[in-house]
Amino acid sequence: MNYPSRLIEDAVNEIAKLPGIGKKTALRLALHLLKRDEEQTRALSDALLSMRTQTQFCRQCHNIADGELCAICSSTKRDASLICVVVDTRDVLAIENTSQYHGHYHVLGGIISPLEGIGPADLHIESLVRRLQQASEQEPVREIILALSPTMEGDTTAFYLQKKLKPTGVKVSTIARGIPIGGDLEYADEITLGRSIVSRVAYD
Amino acid sequence: MWLEKLHLTHFKNYEAGSYTFGERVNCLVGQNGSGKTNLLDAIYFLALTKSAFQNQDALTIQHEADFLVLDGIFRDGTRRTQITGSLQRGQRKVMMADKKAYDRLSDHIGRFPVVLIAPDDTDLVRDGSEERRRFFDGVLAQLTPAYLDDFLQYNKILSQRNSLLKIFAERNYLDEDMLETYNEPLIALAQRIYEHRRRFMEHFLPLVGRYYAYLSNERERVDLIYESEVARPDFPTEFRKHRSRDLHAQRTSKGIHKDDYVFEIDGRALRKFGSQGQQKSFVIALKLAQYELLALEKETQPILLLDDIFDKLDDLRIHKLIEMIDSGSLGQVFITDARPERSHRILDQVAADVRFFEIGKSYE
Ligand SMILES: [Zn+2]
Repeated sequence: MNYPSRLIEDAVNEIAKLPGIGKKTALRLALHLLKRDEEQTRALSDALLSMRTQTQFCRQCHNIADGELCAICSSTKRDASLICVVVDTRDVLAIENTSQYHGHYHVLGGIISPLEGIGPADLHIESLVRRLQQASEQEPVREIILALSPTMEGDTTAFYLQKKLKPTGVKVSTIARGIPIGGDLEYADEITLGRSIVSRVAYD
Repeated sequence: MWLEKLHLTHFKNYEAGSYTFGERVNCLVGQNGSGKTNLLDAIYFLALTKSAFQNQDALTIQHEADFLVLDGIFRDGTRRTQITGSLQRGQRKVMMADKKAYDRLSDHIGRFPVVLIAPDDTDLVRDGSEERRRFFDGVLAQLTPAYLDDFLQYNKILSQRNSLLKIFAERNYLDEDMLETYNEPLIALAQRIYEHRRRFMEHFLPLVGRYYAYLSNERERVDLIYESEVARPDFPTEFRKHRSRDLHAQRTSKGIHKDDYVFEIDGRALRKFGSQGQQKSFVIALKLAQYELLALEKETQPILLLDDIFDKLDDLRIHKLIEMIDSGSLGQVFITDARPERSHRILDQVAADVRFFEIGKSYE
């Protein structure tokens, strides 16, 4: 594509690097911003930059947080004896939207797949084991719920976690398979996902 | 089951082509390089979601074109099914049945059984064990969908395990629990696949012997031996024992990916002691045994693709194949030949309906 200005071309190229956005859409967005007040673009770029530089990850569960602890880990209304293990923040949002779960989370940050160069050491697995070991006498963890996609990689990660968690003696369960095989949690509808957390099954 | 219509767009040397075939014998004639074999390959592709001769999908797209489309109408009695295969450069291959895309390509394999007999088939005898495993995996995949599922899953876990061994080597650590997470399902799948292969061989072997005797008119005895380390009752222990060798080689040294099939004639290696004619008879016997098992399992006659057999086979074996066509034990057959006068002469003896197609021309 030939752009009328170098400045537009640079902006289009940057926007088009985002997932799901092609050059055409990027050009439309750039021209849209040019039509609006300069203030609007400034607000957008400020918000993006603040998000990138100031966002923190919860030191307990690795979810996105505004401070050291995320809103869920610091809430007194949540049940700290339940920990739901998920792949990333999108899964936390999907489960929160069901309003069926009131425990804590643990965000792994990915799923085990050596083919893509991701081994167990690349995920927040050690910190989960430590978290269980350090749970206080007054507030022990009762149950770990594995909410991973029913794919081969999801199963592998679940089996590995079971092996690692067994010595802690904490009960491990997995969400019921209401979600379609090979499907992502993110795309499971809220009712199905909510039901699958309520009717979770324990590993023996 | 037979293929009534075929339309090709940008497939190999075809810019576009349309054909309406007969239910029995279709003879494709044309000079070498006219695209006779490519037409057989298009039929193979529609049935098995890939080319018989080209491992890289992208190379089946016509040179300088961006995509290919194959469109066929398969008939089974009065039922018609439209099967479409398409491939765009840089994108995933799509197979559709009556315009509805399959979620998994493997769901299509085996629905429209096909058997190919080609001139380079004797490579099966001469080449390494990989060729033979590929052949039998193809046979089993068409025959038993459960085999294909297990096989695909085994290969996926195997490559994950091999990548894990690489990660351990590169980062210089070892996580036993992680390795065991792959060992368990891999061993279970290996044992299931072994059972599939062993049971298949029980049915397959007698058929091979029978067809060999039919094709050769001679008295030598042929044998086919399936060899697998997975057969041993202590395979799980053996598999785990090789852990340090696996770590060192950064690949998995035991499993069904090491199986072999040994071909013998009168108790000796067919590769070394079989004549060229005996080797040819053997591989055709393999293909005809495959045809018969598929016909039994699918309760329909597969499509038989015969590439260049008039040129590559002697009169006796050609006569035997024609006899089978005539007796009705084969359904729809496609034959390619570079010499029309020869194919006319041979096929004139056939009572069944024979249609000739001059390749290089298009038929509506
Ligand atoms: Zn948290």
